[in-house]
Amino acid sequence: MFLTYLERELRRRSKQALVIAVGLGIGIGLVVTVSSASAGVKDAQTKVLHSLYGVGTDATVTQAPSASGFGPQQFGFGGPRPTPGGSFSSTHIRRVPDLVPLRQSRVSQIARLDDVNAATGSLSLTETSVSGTLPDFASGGAPVGAQASGGSGGFHVNVSSTSLVGVEPSSTGVGPLSPGNITKGHYFTTPDQNAHVAIVTTSYASQHNLKVGSTLSLNGTAFQIIGLASIPSSTTDVYLPLNQAQSLAGMSKQVTTIYVSVNSAANVAHVQSEIQKLLPKATVTTTANLAKEVTGSLASATQLVTDLGKWLAVTVLLVAFLIAALFMLTTVSRRVREFGTLKAIGWRTRRIVEQVVGEGLVQGLAGAVLGAILGIVGTEAVSAFAPTLTATVGPSFATSGASAFRTAGGFGGGFANRFANGASRPAGFAARFNNLSHTVLVHLGTSLQGGTLGIAIGLALLGGLLAGAVGSWRAARMRPAEALRQVG
Amino acid sequence: MYRLREVSKQFVAHGRTISALNHVSMDIFPGEFLAVQGPTGQGKTTLLTLLGALDRPDTGEVLYQGRDLSKLSDEALTELRARDIGFVFQTFNLIATLNAQENVEAALVPLDIDARDREERASEALAAMGLSSRAQHLPMELSGGQQQRVAIARAIVKEPQVLLADEPTGNLDEETRAEILDVLMALWRERGITLVIVTHDSSVARQASRVVTIRNGMVFAKHDLTARS
Repeated sequence: MFLTYLERELRRRSKQALVIAVGLGIGIGLVVTVSSASAGVKDAQTKVLHSLYGVGTDATVTQAPSASGFGPQQFGFGGPRPTPGGSFSSTHIRRVPDLVPLRQSRVSQIARLDDVNAATGSLSLTETSVSGTLPDFASGGAPVGAQASGGSGGFHVNVSSTSLVGVEPSSTGVGPLSPGNITKGHYFTTPDQNAHVAIVTTSYASQHNLKVGSTLSLNGTAFQIIGLASIPSSTTDVYLPLNQAQSLAGMSKQVTTIYVSVNSAANVAHVQSEIQKLLPKATVTTTANLAKEVTGSLASATQLVTDLGKWLAVTVLLVAFLIAALFMLTTVSRRVREFGTLKAIGWRTRRIVEQVVGEGLVQGLAGAVLGAILGIVGTEAVSAFAPTLTATVGPSFATSGASAFRTAGGFGGGFANRFANGASRPAGFAARFNNLSHTVLVHLGTSLQGGTLGIAIGLALLGGLLAGAVGSWRAARMRPAEALRQVG
Repeated sequence: MYRLREVSKQFVAHGRTISALNHVSMDIFPGEFLAVQGPTGQGKTTLLTLLGALDRPDTGEVLYQGRDLSKLSDEALTELRARDIGFVFQTFNLIATLNAQENVEAALVPLDIDARDREERASEALAAMGLSSRAQHLPMELSGGQQQRVAIARAIVKEPQVLLADEPTGNLDEETRAEILDVLMALWRERGITLVIVTHDSSVARQASRVVTIRNGMVFAKHDLTARS
């Protein structure tokens, strides 16, 4: 009787039932799509942040130089001065100037802090090569800075730079490089700490025609390439074992960045605070701090989806529930006489309410199924047609405190000399190496949130249930005689 | 079967208080066929709703088999209606979305009877009303007389002690009216139920074992204009 009555009643008012189901479906579909897009932008942000931060990293520790510590990089040729008309060539490896070295022992100190899973250090360096020919003024060559057309004695300077990062081979779960980034060859092994081996990025390998097994010369030392790494949006060219990087730069037992992995997202702030106490002059940046620095269309999309999108979805869902409730109430009020008859022949109030709630539940279920389908379709559509967004992280030179964003990984000197595709470009002789703005392109994907889908479906069912229950309870509680007196 | 003592019932309509029943006292005996007559709006239907436990009096007692209906809980009254009292309405009051068979079965739902038994009993009740061939028809597919017979089947399928009929022939043509009355009379004779019919029809009243008249909310015995109050 229950199912028969339910099915007949819904069929009798099929148009209304359809409106309710479609309304609920649209509301749920919107909530699911928005939540998927929101998860997508968060994923995109995470990818952006990971490209700056490295794998498994919850916080980075760096130290900015004091204000007087900045200044244009000087470039000495070393050895005898080149003679006019003669060629010159020089290669130097220096640390990234905006990062003050930290003692490597700090890494183990941080690793021993409560709630810290792991910590590792890296050393960011830049190899800069300058070569060229000095002009011969005596033969009428052009002054410095000018290129002569024709004749002899022009001043040609070629500058190229390579960004290097030294990493601890034993740290695979945290840091700027992980085995998961390796596309060819293999990651560092512990014995590689003392070997002249290197891993280069696929873009660098492509530009310089390198492959696994090739030899790369860094400041006169030959390194064998053991692997190629793909790290989207990274500006590092070459990864070396930390020992080797320290040796090249003459910076024994020093690092420029410490990467920290925390055991729980809830403890990140606490760990940040503990590290700050341990290293008062350091800047401790978490992904939360970094996320605030992200600008560009990705940031705009994030705001749009999480603010406007969220409220739009909630509003539509509430409106859908309201419409469903109003329709149910209207239907129930038209059936008061029918309920009176049922009570007159002995139906209990609870039985009548169950019948109407069942009708509401079926409509809610129809809305939920439709909403799930619309949500999945919407999610796929956003993923298929979403534009590529930009995310820019700008420079910030705070004097202290965790709120400052500092570059990490391979940022610094090399970036100013690169085109957007990473290729080196010639720079002026007095190039500054502190252009820290970093823009990445990110395709906005979506991530269907099963939890949100479940909640939305649950809400639809609850909405149908409540709408049926509230309306029918009032009507079913009337005395039969009173209900039978109603016209309708 | 019933004992009413000083029963009064008022309604408020459009800001005015209407006394539907005014200190009514009367008895209804088991197995009796009582006809209730009177002009429209004098309290006949109100009397029937109180007898049927569809409403409560404002004052007085409505005793059914010694139990005061005015003091029973809603659940107890519902249980009473489910088992003991069958009600036939003037406007049939069938459930529009259920067919004839299902409408009759609906009366057995509160009795927690097995679905198969329910179906069987409903079929028998419809057969007794001569409506077996119409079992799968919806109310809108039945004539007035057929609908009322379905309503009667619904009322008797649970084998009630009392059958209350509020102007059961009021919406029917003369020929159908006679059919329905025949059905009700047959039920009364064969099953020994207590039958109370509100009717304008004198021919019905003539067949009753007792007739009372309600005027201005007060009950009078037939041919006896002394108020029973």
